Amino acid sequence: MESERQYIELYHDAADLIRQRSCAVMNAVRDAAFQAFASQGFPSRKVERYRYTDVAAAFAPNYGLSLFPLTSHPSPFIFSFKDAPIDLTPYYNKVADASDGITALNTALAHEGLLIYVPRNHRPSAPIQVDNWLRATAPTMMNRRVLILLEEGADATIVINDKADAQPVSFLTTQVIEVVCKANARLDLYEIEDTNPLCARFSNVYIQESRDCSVKHNVVTLFNGHTRNLCDVYLQGENAEITLNGCAIGSGSQHIDNNTLIAHQVPCCQSRQLYKYVLDDHSVGAFAGKIFVGKEAQKTSSQEVNANLVAASTARMYTQPMLEIYADDVQCNHGSTVGLLDESALFYMRQRGIPEAEARTLLKNAFMGQVIDQIQYQPLRDKLYVKVEKRFRGELEKCEECRLCK
Amino acid sequence: MLKVKKQGKMDVSVQTPSTASAVAQEPNAFVKAVAEKKYEFGFTTDVETEIIEKGLNEEVVRLISRKKNEPEWLLDFRLEAYRYWQGQQQPSWAHVTLPEIDYQAISYYADPTAKSKEGEKKEIDPELMKTFDKLGIPLEERMALSGMAVDAVMDSVSVKTTFKERLSEKGIIFCSISEAVQQYPDLVRQYLGSVVPYRDNYFAALNSAVFSDGSFVYIPKNTRCPMELSTYFRINARNTGQFERTLIVCDEGSYVSYLEGCTAPMRDENQLHAAIVEIVVMDNAEVKYSTVQNWYPGDSEGRGGVLNLVTKRGHLRGVNSKLSWTQVETGSAITWKYPSCVLSGDNSQAEFYSVAVTNNHQEADTGTKMIHLGKNTKSTIISKGISAGRSQNSYRGLVKVGKHADGARNYSSCDSLLLGSECGAHTFPYIDVQNNTATVEHEATTSKINENQLYYCNQRGISTEEAVGLIVNGYAKDVINKLPMEFAVEAQKLLSVSLEGTVG
Amino acid sequence: MLEIKNLHARVAGKEILKGIDLTIADGEIHAIMGTNGAGKSTLSNVIVGNPAYEVTEGSILFNGQDLLAMTTEQRAHAGIFMSFQTPVEIPGVSMTNFMRAAVNARRQAQGKEPLKSTDFLKIMREKRKLVEIDQKLMTRSVNEGFSGGEKKRNEIFQMAMLEPTFCILDETDSGLDVDALRIVAEGFNKLRTPETSAMIITHYQRLLDYIKPDLVHVLIDGRIVKTAGPELALQIENEGFDWIKSSLQETV
Repeated sequence: MESERQYIELYHDAADLIRQRSCAVMNAVRDAAFQAFASQGFPSRKVERYRYTDVAAAFAPNYGLSLFPLTSHPSPFIFSFKDAPIDLTPYYNKVADASDGITALNTALAHEGLLIYVPRNHRPSAPIQVDNWLRATAPTMMNRRVLILLEEGADATIVINDKADAQPVSFLTTQVIEVVCKANARLDLYEIEDTNPLCARFSNVYIQESRDCSVKHNVVTLFNGHTRNLCDVYLQGENAEITLNGCAIGSGSQHIDNNTLIAHQVPCCQSRQLYKYVLDDHSVGAFAGKIFVGKEAQKTSSQEVNANLVAASTARMYTQPMLEIYADDVQCNHGSTVGLLDESALFYMRQRGIPEAEARTLLKNAFMGQVIDQIQYQPLRDKLYVKVEKRFRGELEKCEECRLCK
Repeated sequence: MLKVKKQGKMDVSVQTPSTASAVAQEPNAFVKAVAEKKYEFGFTTDVETEIIEKGLNEEVVRLISRKKNEPEWLLDFRLEAYRYWQGQQQPSWAHVTLPEIDYQAISYYADPTAKSKEGEKKEIDPELMKTFDKLGIPLEERMALSGMAVDAVMDSVSVKTTFKERLSEKGIIFCSISEAVQQYPDLVRQYLGSVVPYRDNYFAALNSAVFSDGSFVYIPKNTRCPMELSTYFRINARNTGQFERTLIVCDEGSYVSYLEGCTAPMRDENQLHAAIVEIVVMDNAEVKYSTVQNWYPGDSEGRGGVLNLVTKRGHLRGVNSKLSWTQVETGSAITWKYPSCVLSGDNSQAEFYSVAVTNNHQEADTGTKMIHLGKNTKSTIISKGISAGRSQNSYRGLVKVGKHADGARNYSSCDSLLLGSECGAHTFPYIDVQNNTATVEHEATTSKINENQLYYCNQRGISTEEAVGLIVNGYAKDVINKLPMEFAVEAQKLLSVSLEGTVG
Repeated sequence: MLEIKNLHARVAGKEILKGIDLTIADGEIHAIMGTNGAGKSTLSNVIVGNPAYEVTEGSILFNGQDLLAMTTEQRAHAGIFMSFQTPVEIPGVSMTNFMRAAVNARRQAQGKEPLKSTDFLKIMREKRKLVEIDQKLMTRSVNEGFSGGEKKRNEIFQMAMLEPTFCILDETDSGLDVDALRIVAEGFNKLRTPETSAMIITHYQRLLDYIKPDLVHVLIDGRIVKTAGPELALQIENEGFDWIKSSLQETV
């Protein structure tokens, strides 16, 4: 419990301050969340869902807690919890798995929440963009809390960007995103992580879907330090659909762990997953995805694909696609591959005069392209094609948006 | 001080299989009748059996060792294992509901041949011979299936090994492990525990402490074993555990095909079976290991049945060595079993072919581990799970490619077929790759039996039950085809029988 | 153009070429015929520099340069092109991007500026017409979902784009129907200049009806055992290889 101690002490010292800056709905569950965290601590690697990430080690350094307020939102669909147009009590911390150590810590420490609320049958004319810019002069911890609520028939595209200044300051971010989709809602949720090797990120996303919903969640790890993304999806209404896609590009000593659970709890739902990794240098990738099909969930259709390129002998990939099925009328399959670039394709390209390094880049790009292709929002898709290619060419470290490089 | 209890005629209640008369009574009677009727090997043998008192402690370990007249080193091995086991906890990670096992309520040694040993002549009780005859395993060589040598093990003791002499002409050793300890102590000592150390897991430690009998096979260099070697395991005595231990060593350039069969009587209580199989494969050698596991699965309500908790592992030590596991698992209340391969030798090849059928309340958590260490090693995993009734059937597998395993390849395919809305089929593969020249592919599908196929069969006049048998056999064909002929026929029958009463 | 001396090569530890001597002058077309496993494909793979093949002895000079010291792509830049027997599919890489990368890499090697996008697309359009290849194939991934005939035609299209001076047609005719064969062969002939040399590997006379060879070599068991004019190909078409093999044994 060494690593936990500083957070327990922090809470004892800062809880009042956090409360003051926070709002009633968050404060209402704060102490209980803290108790949940304090009693269990960080999940150890013996916990099946945390096999591949050493949480305690990532939380061990001494960070200062950031209590900065959210900056203003020019969108009519984005609110601070304090200014929420509806009562959040029925939703806040309800979809999230309160027993998860990371979620519990986030619930205890988060002082402010971001609400994205789309009323019934509304469709924002432009995608909603949320930028998280990590910028500080000393090692900082941030606890981000987001609630996305789509009323019946609402339709939204949300892009969440994680960016960091390229300064030698380390960041630790916890994030809990709860998504509640009422009947017939449609959501495209994109998360793009483009930070630096000093950033650690623990993100837990919980998605609850009602009847006839369609949700797509794409998480792209372009550049990072230590990333752990958990995504749980609960399909609770018939005919709901979920698509989870992920891209992870690792180099240096980056660590990228994606862990998903899709729970089919009612009949006639569909799920699709496609996660691809390209790992170089000493990077470590992990993917564990479980498809759970409950007894009632007849006529479930589910697909899960995890494909990985290990480009260096020092990189390491763990993959664990799982099916847990208790209904009989289902079509479920998963596939997982770990391999290297196609040698015959490389040779073919070189015969045509394409230099080997370029041929490798083209092939890696093509490999990732199959995930990027699935992004519906075209400007983002085009931007990512460029970014992914830059990443493989080693040009992303000098990112164009960051002030230092300008 | 432990006392050895001599039982006279064993007090056994033979459960008569339900007959057709039961059918009319209750709605589930037919299914129940089928389920009970279909375990053909549920009879018990009435034979004088020497059973030591229930319970486990150091003295019991010493007693077993003493009964087998074992050398000091083996007793030490057992005691170390026992002490290690005491400090361990029963594992709970598998997707099975392992009942609380009272290790003190089990007897760790049962010898159905005791009587004949005391009477000077070393004759086998005709009851025992009859038992194995009934199981289709004749122990008289003149009646034997052509080309198959058998080691028959009942409870804790090997009853008889056939064709020993003929095999020994080629230098092949095939005998019970107890006999091997006496006759070939150096060989046993060299290899015992070298593939599955007692620290490997909870049940391996238990087995290492109290193992009773099993088979020992040694194939000398450049020898092709001229017949199939086979061990038949039978649990008979009540409230005893069977802890067999099999050790197969196939020396350079040699080949052996080995078969294992198992059955047990129908009893209301669970019977514990915790075995270890170790296989060592040297340069250019090849071992095929086939199992048709038909332990008593319990009744249709989930009462009784064998708890089959087994550690099987092969070490492909030599270059170009080959090992293939083929298993058809239809029995046991609970199966916890992962026949594995450690591919150390360069260019070694390993295969795992499995069909696991679960029905009624059976639970199976089975699969394999392929650990690639040598260069250009290759492994193939084909797993077919079939779940019916209220059973739970899980594939659990690990494919690991070590840092130095350049050019390693693995292909895994794990399919599950669902034959009822109350059952579960699960797939838990773990893939861990540390080498960038490796290629690992895994695919899995889960689906229910194809209704169009059933309909097509029905239209052609084939009953649904028969059609299920046909379709399941087709589904399992890739695996069945890997079995030696006699076993393949047996396995096909077993598959159809295990699933009768599941559809329609 | 090409000078091969005492070439020995092996693949997967097995020696396939056991001493090949072959000289192809500027503008000449040579056909290589031989039984399966004789080493025809090994020879072409060694010339273009497939890393799976290992040269154990001998030399190859290409326009005076030591070919074996060059990487696969350097050889391509020097003007060597192979039409593959089974062109590989490259999912996710579009034909257009692929061709642009290849053309510009070559230009860079020649010290030229990369082509402007509009110029490149214009050239693509022209060459496409030349080999009668469908525009829609250009938007797909390289060779992915192409029929057998389309793949072979695509090889000739790439040849048109890259303007090589030495072409290897490795069983370009196998699996093609007569019409496709004609289009491919005519495409090749249109692209030829008086300086273009070629090595044509084939089992059949058919292709040689369209592309007339100057010399025909017979490759058996890793060695060239017979060389003659185009009439040799006809004779082989009619009588097979056995007569050559038996005459070999007689001389031994």
